[in-house]
Amino acid sequence: MVHLFEKNGFHIVIDGNSGAVHDVDEVARDIIAAYPHKGKEEITAEITKKYGDVTADDVHEVFEEIEELKKRGLLFSEDRFRGVAAKLREKEPVIKALCLHVAHSCNLACEYCFAGQGRYDGEQALMSFETGRRALDFLLEHSGSRRNLEVDFFGGEPLVNFDVVRELTAYARSVEKEHGKNFRFTLTTNGLLIDDDVIDFCNREMSNVVLSLDGRKEVNDRFRRTVNGKGSYDLILPKFKRLVEKRGGKNYYMRGTYTKANTDFVSDILHMADLGFTELSMEPVISAPDEPYALGEEELPVLLRQYDLLGEEMDMRRKAGRPFTFYHYMIDLQGGPCIVKRVAGCGVGTEYMAVTPEGDLYPCHQFVGDPSFRLGDVFHGIDNEALRERFRGRDVYAHAECDDCFARFFCSGGCAANAYHATGDLNGVYRYGCELHRRRVENAVMLKVSEARDARAAEDGGGE
Amino acid sequence: MKRISTLETRNLTASATEGGCGECQTSCQSACKTSCGIANQQCEQLKDCE
Repeated sequence: MVHLFEKNGFHIVIDGNSGAVHDVDEVARDIIAAYPHKGKEEITAEITKKYGDVTADDVHEVFEEIEELKKRGLLFSEDRFRGVAAKLREKEPVIKALCLHVAHSCNLACEYCFAGQGRYDGEQALMSFETGRRALDFLLEHSGSRRNLEVDFFGGEPLVNFDVVRELTAYARSVEKEHGKNFRFTLTTNGLLIDDDVIDFCNREMSNVVLSLDGRKEVNDRFRRTVNGKGSYDLILPKFKRLVEKRGGKNYYMRGTYTKANTDFVSDILHMADLGFTELSMEPVISAPDEPYALGEEELPVLLRQYDLLGEEMDMRRKAGRPFTFYHYMIDLQGGPCIVKRVAGCGVGTEYMAVTPEGDLYPCHQFVGDPSFRLGDVFHGIDNEALRERFRGRDVYAHAECDDCFARFFCSGGCAANAYHATGDLNGVYRYGCELHRRRVENAVMLKVSEARDARAAEDGGGE
Repeated sequence: MKRISTLETRNLTASATEGGCGECQTSCQSACKTSCGIANQQCEQLKDCE
């Protein structure tokens, strides 16, 4: 599972099984590409013929380097991690993260909302403090020895139920020490109800806030409108700016959605960067294929090129001292997740669950509203063990299609909800999403290669 | 002339024994909510070492 590609002028090799990344020149690229299929003599003849200034000794040096990397398990490495999956399936899962749907109600009426304008195909509802407190107790009871517990206040729009958000946060803080836990809260908001009170609260209590903005005014206001049909951009932008200014470096993301109507979504990311926001995320719309804004096969090549353009722009801005972060490009090659997490995936339905305003449990927010995915409730616990078992077995090795994909330890087999909605099978793969994600991984790795090359150049320069 | 430069990456084989504590962030709690960005998460143990 060795993947060779060219991006932004770099030739890059990813060894999928080990996660190793190599920055190579054209000669090494050609040799590595031919290495599994041809003998050394044949490769040497081909390379010396193609590159006039490359000698047989040069080619043999590359062979030696390849063999050394093979010995170290960094190139043409075997897959050694099926045993990790087997162990995972034996382990009793603990719950460590909840997506709390504190409001199935929203003060925006975004046409493309996967949550059906916040109601998830149901009635409008607000979570009561009692139900929320029971959800937090449920998390405490089922989190085993996990210290860090995550709770995302989600909706709908969570700030329409801000008093309950505040009360639940205070309750969690009042009990976390006695249980030896540390709650990490996040809040995902459309911004309309942000005021100084909300800002102070978020900046004190939320380890991360996700602020929904689609980019340029005309793009944002196409879908993100109030119930009266007014665009939200002018209403929310000053609030987002104020919140971020006062955040003092704590985590946040500006998070947008792109659709068929803005396949030039990099312009929207750059718009947000030019407004001074530095932590950015932009996701393809989740919708039925027959929606007018749905992304289809026709758009795919355009979108892939957009991810390349974004990579090139980010590399340029980093070199110019104006960097920004794009969520999907923030791969940490040295400090990233262990193989256990990479095999296990996002924890949907096992470590991570969504809680409705009524206290019902679902595998994640994207399954809420589909009764066949109801796991139980926070009052009586999980009563659909068979469903939970289906999610327990859903690690990266459950997807046969992923076996020969270089990116499988970057995405762990992808999003269960996307797979289910695209194929009807939890263990299926959402091919469209795979195409996009492979391209994101390539660009994320390219940015690391570029940084590493600049660091080497600086070191070499410094030694002179 | 060096034709292959290898970037420093986490040793995934070693991480099979030293990892698995589960203290790291759940990927869907961070920014996207609609796709799977496992590799974007930081290891909690390595973060503590920084």
